[in-house]
Amino acid sequence: MIDLYLSLHPVVQGVLKGLAVIMVIFPIGGICSMAERKVSAWIQGRPGPNRAIVPWVSWIPVIGPFLQRLGLFHVLADGGKMLFKEDALPGHVNKFYFVLAPVVAMMPALTTVTTVPFGAYLDAAGRVVPLALANVDIGLIAVFAVGSLGVYSLILAGWASNSKYPFLGGVRASAQLISYELSLTLSVLPVFLWINAPGTPGTMSLSRAVEFQSLPGFWGGMWFVFLMPVSALVFLVALFAETNRHPFDMAEGEADLVGGFHTEYGAFKWGLFFVAEYAHMLIGSGVFTLLFLGGWNPLPWVSLATLVSWLAPLHPLLAHPLFVGVLSIGIFLGKVIALIFFFMWVRWTVPRFRYDQVMDIGWRKLLPLSVANLVFYAAAIAVIQTR
Amino acid sequence: MAVVPLERKPLTFAERTYLPQIAEGLRTTWRHLVRPKTTLEYPEQRPAVPAGYRGVPTLVKDPNGREKCVSCQLCEFVCPPKAIRITPGGIAEDSAHAHVEKAPREFEIDMLRCIYCGMCQEVCPEEAIWLQSQYSMTGYSREEMVNNKARLYELGGTLPDEHFKWDHKKAAEERGGGHH
Repeated sequence: MIDLYLSLHPVVQGVLKGLAVIMVIFPIGGICSMAERKVSAWIQGRPGPNRAIVPWVSWIPVIGPFLQRLGLFHVLADGGKMLFKEDALPGHVNKFYFVLAPVVAMMPALTTVTTVPFGAYLDAAGRVVPLALANVDIGLIAVFAVGSLGVYSLILAGWASNSKYPFLGGVRASAQLISYELSLTLSVLPVFLWINAPGTPGTMSLSRAVEFQSLPGFWGGMWFVFLMPVSALVFLVALFAETNRHPFDMAEGEADLVGGFHTEYGAFKWGLFFVAEYAHMLIGSGVFTLLFLGGWNPLPWVSLATLVSWLAPLHPLLAHPLFVGVLSIGIFLGKVIALIFFFMWVRWTVPRFRYDQVMDIGWRKLLPLSVANLVFYAAAIAVIQTR
Repeated sequence: MAVVPLERKPLTFAERTYLPQIAEGLRTTWRHLVRPKTTLEYPEQRPAVPAGYRGVPTLVKDPNGREKCVSCQLCEFVCPPKAIRITPGGIAEDSAHAHVEKAPREFEIDMLRCIYCGMCQEVCPEEAIWLQSQYSMTGYSREEMVNNKARLYELGGTLPDEHFKWDHKKAAEERGGGHH
């Protein structure tokens, strides 16, 4: 199986990998939208969507009704609705860019996934080998560079819609995303200053960041969220702004902008914006997990290798690379899903900021804070690592 | 009214970072998240209908199985949206209830017109028409939404009677004339 795959032409391999990414990200995007509806409902004291069911699943005694209560089949119903409803194209839009915008929204969302490692396994020598579609050395730069292209889709959508609310939404989105990108980038620099100690090969790889959180010892096993809490905080706040989530969803604040940049969109084109937003959230949460929450390490000071060394004596299968790989993906996804839940939790907690407050927080609070944070850690790391 | 000047305290540093407030807010929303839900899932769970609820108007029988309506048509006259239509009729001589002079031959309430005001119940001298606890009335056609006599009795059923007015009247007559 694996030999067959490796014997294929690299282009075919790439296409297969790409299809795999789409097959994973799209359903997760759909499930996230469902989870959003459920979490919203629970916080508002409602049971949430719980009616849709496929007949042959409803025949299963306990699991069927449970899945129905969970609203899992509303994902299919919603997706089907989006696909099959009339895809209206308003007469006053610039048609080429109007259709292009959702495509541009999806492209960076799906591209950045490739550089994010999502798991690891132990090879025969006991080394931790990260699982990623493209475990490149510039990992984080690639994520930032490609991920920030997403703002073009909002600008394109806002401009091509040729109407006031989408235009305002697009303008706000572009200003906001550019403002918070500064703090986002500055906040992760201390992490990589710490990783790129003098005498080691320079890297921006995300899997290296995880490796640094799985070292033995008190300082080695410590997750960066404890080591650099201010960095983590600034990164998280900037992430909320970058993904256009509450309380920073200026671009689609329905109270003042109807639907914001996607006011004129409907059916599947609108759905693509939605999936792109969730894909950005997923990747943002993934990067946060890798940088600050120890990636696929189960607990602080308990690395994946330690866990495997505990499990291995129990049964030889538990140390099999395949099992370890699945386990690490499970741990990583668990953290990402917890973060996504946090996104939704915050949505119903914090009211939306006013636009001038968003700009104020971005430029006059977060940016100085991240600069001060960088200067402090640069000095501290210089003292520690040159000692 | 005395004017009480309140001093607005400057925000503390912790308050200006928003963070303690956000944490407190997260705690509140979490409490709501785990709290049991109060939604009544309608078709399966029905609300408890309070006593005295004005639901769909119905016709009732007394405990002896006699239809109480004597087709006096007061309800028809009082009905503000003119939803009620009564065709009066007599009672057969050999019936056990022959002493009651009249009964409706047909009694129709158009539920597309009815406004559930309850004036028919209020005006009825025989306590024959009652707005009971049914609150949902649906149909696929206009004809279906008109309740005829049979349907009205089916919906109404039997209610307890405090007076047995017509039985007393009959007994008094048999005792030798006079009213009651």
